[in-house]
Amino acid sequence: MNIAAAVNENFANYSNYMIRSAMFVYALAFLAHLAEWVFGGRSKVAVQSAALTAEASAEQAAAEAAEAARRKAAQQVTVKTAGGTVTLERPAVVTRASASDRGMEDGPGAAGGDEKGDLYGRIAVSFTVLAWLLHAGGVAFRAASVERAPWGNMYEFSTTFGAVAVGMYLVLLALRKNVRWIGLFLTTTVLLDLGLALSVLYTNSEQLVPALHSYWLWIHVSCAIISGAIFYLAAVGTLLFLFRDRYEVAVAAGKDSNGRWGDIMRRLPAAATLDKFAYRMNALVFPLWTFTIIAGAIWAQAAWGRYWGWDPKETWAFITWVAYACYLHARATAGWKGRKAAYLALIAFACFLFNYYGVNIFVSGKHSYAGV
Amino acid sequence: MSITEKTGNAGTDGNAPGTARPDGDDLGAAGAQLSTAPADSIDEVPGLGVLGWLRWMWRQLTSMRIALILLFLLSLAAIPGSLIPQHNDQLKVDAFKARHTVLAPLYERLGLFHVYSSPWFSAIYILLFVSLAGCIVPRTWQFVGQLRARPPAAPRNLTRLPAYSTWRTDASPAEVTEAARKVLRARRFRTSVTGTSVAGEKGYLREFGNLLFHVSLFGLLVAFALTSLEKAEGGKLVVEGDGFVNSLTQYDDFSGGTWYGADDLQPFGFKLDSFESKYATSGPEKGTALKFQANIRYYTGTDDSKTTKGTISVNHPLSIGGEKVYLISHGYAVKVTVTDGQGNVTHTTVPFLPQDSALTSVGVIKIPDAIGKDGKEDQLGFRGIFAPTFATSKTLGMYSTFPTPQNPRLALNAFHGDLGLDAGLQQNVYKLDETHLKQFRNADGSPLSDLLGVGDTMKLPDGAGTLRLDGVATWASFTVSHQSGNLGALVSGIGAILGLAGSLFIQRRRIWVRASAGKDGGTVVELGGLGRSESARIADELGDVAVHMLPDAPVTPEPGGDGGDGAPPPGSQSGPDTTATDDEGARA
Ligand code: HEM
Repeated sequence: MNIAAAVNENFANYSNYMIRSAMFVYALAFLAHLAEWVFGGRSKVAVQSAALTAEASAEQAAAEAAEAARRKAAQQVTVKTAGGTVTLERPAVVTRASASDRGMEDGPGAAGGDEKGDLYGRIAVSFTVLAWLLHAGGVAFRAASVERAPWGNMYEFSTTFGAVAVGMYLVLLALRKNVRWIGLFLTTTVLLDLGLALSVLYTNSEQLVPALHSYWLWIHVSCAIISGAIFYLAAVGTLLFLFRDRYEVAVAAGKDSNGRWGDIMRRLPAAATLDKFAYRMNALVFPLWTFTIIAGAIWAQAAWGRYWGWDPKETWAFITWVAYACYLHARATAGWKGRKAAYLALIAFACFLFNYYGVNIFVSGKHSYAGV
Repeated sequence: MSITEKTGNAGTDGNAPGTARPDGDDLGAAGAQLSTAPADSIDEVPGLGVLGWLRWMWRQLTSMRIALILLFLLSLAAIPGSLIPQHNDQLKVDAFKARHTVLAPLYERLGLFHVYSSPWFSAIYILLFVSLAGCIVPRTWQFVGQLRARPPAAPRNLTRLPAYSTWRTDASPAEVTEAARKVLRARRFRTSVTGTSVAGEKGYLREFGNLLFHVSLFGLLVAFALTSLEKAEGGKLVVEGDGFVNSLTQYDDFSGGTWYGADDLQPFGFKLDSFESKYATSGPEKGTALKFQANIRYYTGTDDSKTTKGTISVNHPLSIGGEKVYLISHGYAVKVTVTDGQGNVTHTTVPFLPQDSALTSVGVIKIPDAIGKDGKEDQLGFRGIFAPTFATSKTLGMYSTFPTPQNPRLALNAFHGDLGLDAGLQQNVYKLDETHLKQFRNADGSPLSDLLGVGDTMKLPDGAGTLRLDGVATWASFTVSHQSGNLGALVSGIGAILGLAGSLFIQRRRIWVRASAGKDGGTVVELGGLGRSESARIADELGDVAVHMLPDAPVTPEPGGDGGDGAPPPGSQSGPDTTATDDEGARA
C-alpha cells in the first residue's frame, strides 16, 4: 500500500473549520427543532386556531377507537395513502390490525399540525442538510489531508459515525418516510458526538501505524461505522417506543394524558410504528454487522496470524452480535415481544457503545491505536 | 410434522404492538407452517417416568425460549474474559496476580484467567449448539415437507386475514380463477387450485436462508474446533544478518496442536538481511511507526543454496513451504565484547526487549564461561537499559525519545558468581537470577554502573574483566503459523451472511383468491393475504395482484349486497380514487 509521506496541513485545517461550522449549523437545527416542538404544543395551539379543536377531538376519537379496538379484536382499519400517478382503478385493500395493535394512529409529528411549528420543522431540516454537507465535507477533507480512509483514531471514527447517522436520516426523509420526529434527538446527539470528538478525542491529522495499512481498513471499519450509525437510529426508535408504549397503555386505560409529557407523546408516531421502525433498522444492519465481524477476522488473520483471538475488541463485537441475535430471537419467541425485546435491543446497543468508547479507552488490547 | 404456531397469547395482552401475528388458530391449516419455528411447550407438564422427563428436557432445550436464554448467557459469560487478563498474555496475568492477592486465587479457581476455555463457558456454548442441532434437524424435515406440500387451501373466511380485498365482476368464477392463477404464477408464487379458489405461496427462500444461517453457525463451530486441534504456532526472534531453520530446537517458543506437533514441521529456512522501519519525525505523533518491513532470503526444503528474496511486513505475511510467517515485533540488540579476568574474549549479540514506543529496552547479558582472576569459574552477568535516542530525567531515569538509534546508550549494572544456568530449570533469557550472584560495587559501596556509548568500555573492579559496546543491531521477531480450518470458517461465514440476508430480507407470504357466484348472477372475487415476517408488504402486494387481475375480471360497479362473507369494507367498490394501503396492518 502506498503511504502518504506527509500530511496536507491545509486540508486538515479546512476539515477542522468545516466540522466546527457543521456544529454551529447543527445547533441552529437543534434550536429550530425545539421551536417546532414548542409551537406544536397543545396549549398554544388550542388558543390559536379552531382547526385544533377538531384535532383534539380527533385525538379523543382515536383514544376511544383504541379502547374499542381492545374490546373488539377484529377492528378494521383502513389506511389510505396517495396512490401512484397512474390511475389504474385499484380495488381497496382492507388491512386488519393484529390483535395487539391498539389501533392508535401515528401522532401528527412534532409540529402537531401547527403551521408555525411546521415551518420551524422545515427550517430545522434545511439546517440539518446544510450542516450535514459541511460535516461530510469535513470528513472528506480529513481523508484528503492524509490520503487514506479517515478512520484511524477515535476522533475520525466519531465524526464519520455522526455523518453516517445524519446521512441515513436524510435519506429516509428523502424517501418520504415519516422520520422527522427523530430530528430533535438526532441533532442533539450529533452535537454531543462532535463536541466529544473535538474536545476529548481530538487527534491531529496523522499517518497510521503499520497494522492499519490495509485495504481491510476500508472494508471492516466502514462497515462497523455504518452498522453503528444505523443501530443508533434503531436505538432511538426503541427508546421512544418504550415511552410511547407506556403512554398508549395509559390512554387505553382511560388515564389522563394531557400533561406536558402526554402532549409530547401524543405527537410521536404510534408505538407500533416506532417498534417497526426500530426492528427494520436493526434487521437491516444485522447482516452487515455479521459481515463486519467476519471481515475483521479475515484482517486479523492477515495481520496477526489468527482470525480469532478473544482480544477485548473482538470479544465485545461478538457480545454485541450475540445480543442482537438475542433481540431478533426474542421477536420470534412468544412472550418476549414488545417491551422485553425492546430492552434487549437497548442492551445490545449499549454493548456496541461500550465496545466503542469503553474498550478503546479503558481496556488495552491489540486494537489499541485509538489515539486517545 | 406440522406444528401450528401457537400465537394466541403471542401479543402479550396488548403490550406488543406490531409484533403479533393473526391468530393462527382462527385460520386453521392456512395460518400454519408459515415458519418452522418450534412450538413453545414450556408449560407442558412432563410425562411419567424417566423417558418422559428426558423427552420433556429435550423439548425444553430445543425451545426458542431456552435458545434465547442460552444466547443471553453466552454474551454475559464472554464479558469477564475481556476485562480480566487472559492466560495468552501471561505477563499481564502475573502482574494482576501480584496486585490482587485476595482476588487472584478466587479468579484462578473460577477459571477467570482462561475464560474461553473454562468449563462453564464451554458448557454454555455446547448446550447452545446442542439446542441448535435439536432445532435445525426437525426444522429441516419440516421445511422439506412444506416444500413438497401444496400451499394450504384458503380459510373459510378470507376477511379475517390481515389484508383483504373484494369486488364484483361479470367474468365467470372459472375465468377469475384462471386469471388469479396466471397472475400469481407470473409473480412466482407456487399455486394450487381447488375448485374456484386459488392458493399461492411465496418466499420459501426465507426459511431456507434461516436454516442455512443456523447450519453455517454449526460449520463455524466445527471450523473453530479443527483450527484449535491442528493449529501450531512458533515464535522466533532473529537478529539482522542471522538466519532461522524451521525445526523445534530453533524456536524461542512453540505450541503445537493435538494433530500437529514438532514432527510435522515443514522444512524451510530464511535469513534476515535487513529490517527497515520508518517513523513520523514531526508532529504530535512523532515517533509513530509508519513502516516496518523485514527483508529476507528464504528457501524451502533443506538446500539453503538457492534462496528467494522476500519481504514480510505487518498485514503482509509471507507463505513459505505451506506455512505462514508473520512479522510480530522488532527491537534492538547490543553487540558487545566481554573479556574475563583471564583475558578470554567473548563476542556476543544480545537482543533487548522494548518497553515503550520509543524503544527504551531492557535486557541482560550472560557470560557463563567467564573465569575469574584467580582462575576459578566466576560467571559474569550484566543487567542493562538501552535507549536508541538517549535522554534522562529525574523522575523517569534513563529513557529513549525516539525509536531510531540517533544517540544510542547502554546503561549497565554488573554481577558475578553463579548465573544459575546449570540448575536444569528453564531460565528467562531476559532476566538475571540474582540468588547466587554478587553485584560489583564501587569503593564506596554503591552499585557499579556505567553508561556506554558505542565504542565505550566498562571496566570491572579488581581486573575482573571488561565489557565493550561494539554496536547496535536490529532484530525482528516472527511467528510461524500453521493453520487449517480457515477455509471452512470462511465458507461458513459467507453462508451465515447469505442465510441471514435471506432470512431477514425475504418475506414468506400467502395469497388466496376465491371466486364465488354472487346472489344476483355476478361473481364475487375475494382476495386475502397473510404474511409471516414483520415487514410484510402484503397489502401492497395484494393490491398489485388485484390490479393485474382486473383486465380479466373487470369490476362491475353495482352497489348492494354482494354475498361476501364479511361486511364489505368501506370504499371497496373501486372508485376513481385510487386507494392503496400501506402495510400498516399487515404485520403478520
Ligand atoms: C448459535 C446461536 C444462534 C444464533 C446466533 C441465532 C441467530 C438467529 C437469527 C439472527 C435469526 C433471525 C431472526 C429473524 O428471522 O428475525 C434466527 C432465527 C431463528 N432461530 Fe436462531 N440462532 C441461534 C440459535 C438457535 C437455536 C439454538 C435455535 C433453536 C431453538 C434457534 C431457532 C431459531 C428459529 C426457529 C428462528 C426463526 C424464527 C422465525 O421463524 O422468525 N436458533 N436465529
